[in-house]
Amino acid sequence: MMGPVLSILAALVSGLVFGLGLIVSGMINPLKVQNFLDLFGTFDPSLAFVMGGAIAVALPGFWLVRQRGRPLFADRLRLPTKRDVDTPLVGGAVLFGVGWGLAGYCPGPALTAIPFAMTPTLAFVAAMVAGFYLARLVRPGAAEGAPKPLATTHKETHR
Amino acid sequence: MIGLAAVMLLATTGRIAGISGLAQSALPPLRGGVSAAVGAAFVLGLFAAPVVYMAATGSAPQMTVNPSLGVMVAGGLLVGLGTAIGNGCTSGHGVCGLSRLSVRSLVATCVFMAAAFLTVLVVRHGMGG
Repeated sequence: MMGPVLSILAALVSGLVFGLGLIVSGMINPLKVQNFLDLFGTFDPSLAFVMGGAIAVALPGFWLVRQRGRPLFADRLRLPTKRDVDTPLVGGAVLFGVGWGLAGYCPGPALTAIPFAMTPTLAFVAAMVAGFYLARLVRPGAAEGAPKPLATTHKETHR
Repeated sequence: MIGLAAVMLLATTGRIAGISGLAQSALPPLRGGVSAAVGAAFVLGLFAAPVVYMAATGSAPQMTVNPSLGVMVAGGLLVGLGTAIGNGCTSGHGVCGLSRLSVRSLVATCVFMAAAFLTVLVVRHGMGG
């Protein structure tokens, strides 16, 4: 069964390309991110184009993949199925936004920066992992974290 | 490159390139061997990116990090907690969610962007609140 092996290799390559994107775009620089977030000070709009550019590629890309209906190396697309805007979604986004503003790191750039082994980066990542686990105590229903929507998506296969 | 990587991951493994979710799926308790391995492989790919970048360019990217460990730990805790509770971060909601035209992700993205703008405003300019 080659599917899982190819999936893992493809994920490795995707992670590499994603990480290079974060480095080349400057997302990996917390000061640049905070300058982007500083609307009334040093506002640096270049990162908006990074996000816009990523969406400009992913929007038609995702549409094509969904037209095809099935991934290359797995049995089905695992897309989130929740549709409702609820308190955890909004509350979680508020907490995340405050943390992102404070540190200038969101999860992708922080993980990508680990090999540079700067102490503040490592402290951030350790605290972030602690936060993942803390969330399971605060909200046991979210114990599956991201895998939860993955488990229930058969009906999404042919969208 | 970020968008390309997100499409690659979906087209090959069927997974959404949400970093917070992929990282969590690679942490114990592990659910489903392949799912955890795909998450771990993606994170390993992220780790490989600085190595490849430095081999190609011969220099480290410009990075200025807040040296205050207290701020970084508080920020990390909030980011971990918030992305786990809200089911996504900049990549999952911001890039992939908006690309799927998900209303949930649009709301989440507007909320975390607003919270981040406000936080930087308060921290840097001492206003708001």
